[in-house]
Amino acid sequence: MNLEKKIERLTLLLRIDGELDMHTAHTLRQAIDNEIEKRGIRTVILNLQDVQFVDSSGLGVILGRYKKLLPLGGKLKITNVPPHIYKIMELSGLPKIISFYQDEAHAYEEGRGA
Amino acid sequence: MKSNQITLTFSSIAENVSIARLLIASIGGQLDLSLNDIEELKVAVSEAVSNAIIHGYKSNPNNIVYLNLEITKDSLVIVVRDEGCGISDVEQAMQPAFSTDPERMGLGFVFMQSFMDELQVDSKLEVGTTVTMKKHLKQTPISSH
Repeated sequence: MNLEKKIERLTLLLRIDGELDMHTAHTLRQAIDNEIEKRGIRTVILNLQDVQFVDSSGLGVILGRYKKLLPLGGKLKITNVPPHIYKIMELSGLPKIISFYQDEAHAYEEGRGA
Repeated sequence: MKSNQITLTFSSIAENVSIARLLIASIGGQLDLSLNDIEELKVAVSEAVSNAIIHGYKSNPNNIVYLNLEITKDSLVIVVRDEGCGISDVEQAMQPAFSTDPERMGLGFVFMQSFMDELQVDSKLEVGTTVTMKKHLKQTPISSH
């Protein structure tokens, strides 16, 4: 799994490339938690365009970061989800809790200046 | 496709989950399954193998996970076995959102159940757990071309 990181003020954008399973989940968790704790990041945008696979371990990390940000007044946003990945997410009920956007621009826009 | 049997034994390390997925994906390809079916088989195998490593062996890397695939004319049977701690209450473990770890979603068995036609879990404390998953294969009509 490769992570491309972009930080703008208190927003962390992560473009994830690869498979999200129990092996890579740990790396993703640390990458996000570090930024939340060290830089005070409050909005995390995950671009899943190049994610080829996700299972419950991957979904668990995403839900876990949502739960971590919530009491801090933060937000987790997901963009560019490929259809086969969305199907798995839908079955887990994740889209009922977390906001999905078609692309990064829409995710940045929502909540800005509000 | 002819009857076929494949057994893969591997160390209980996280890196091997993707190898188990690769194997099932190539079998799915040989069986001419749809991309969607293959994707679902990959998730089911990933969940069963992850459970064996995380729960059966409590993430101890010095153990062995057994994956057995059996292909017949009309079905694909996937057996994932560990010789780990076992599950005390299988029925409870299979409930949606049941998880012993707050970072996990408790969806492993839900995914296995949703994506496979049959799921059986046999477990004995301190002996291990065997997950048997079956996918019915459609009889492909004889192609005319």
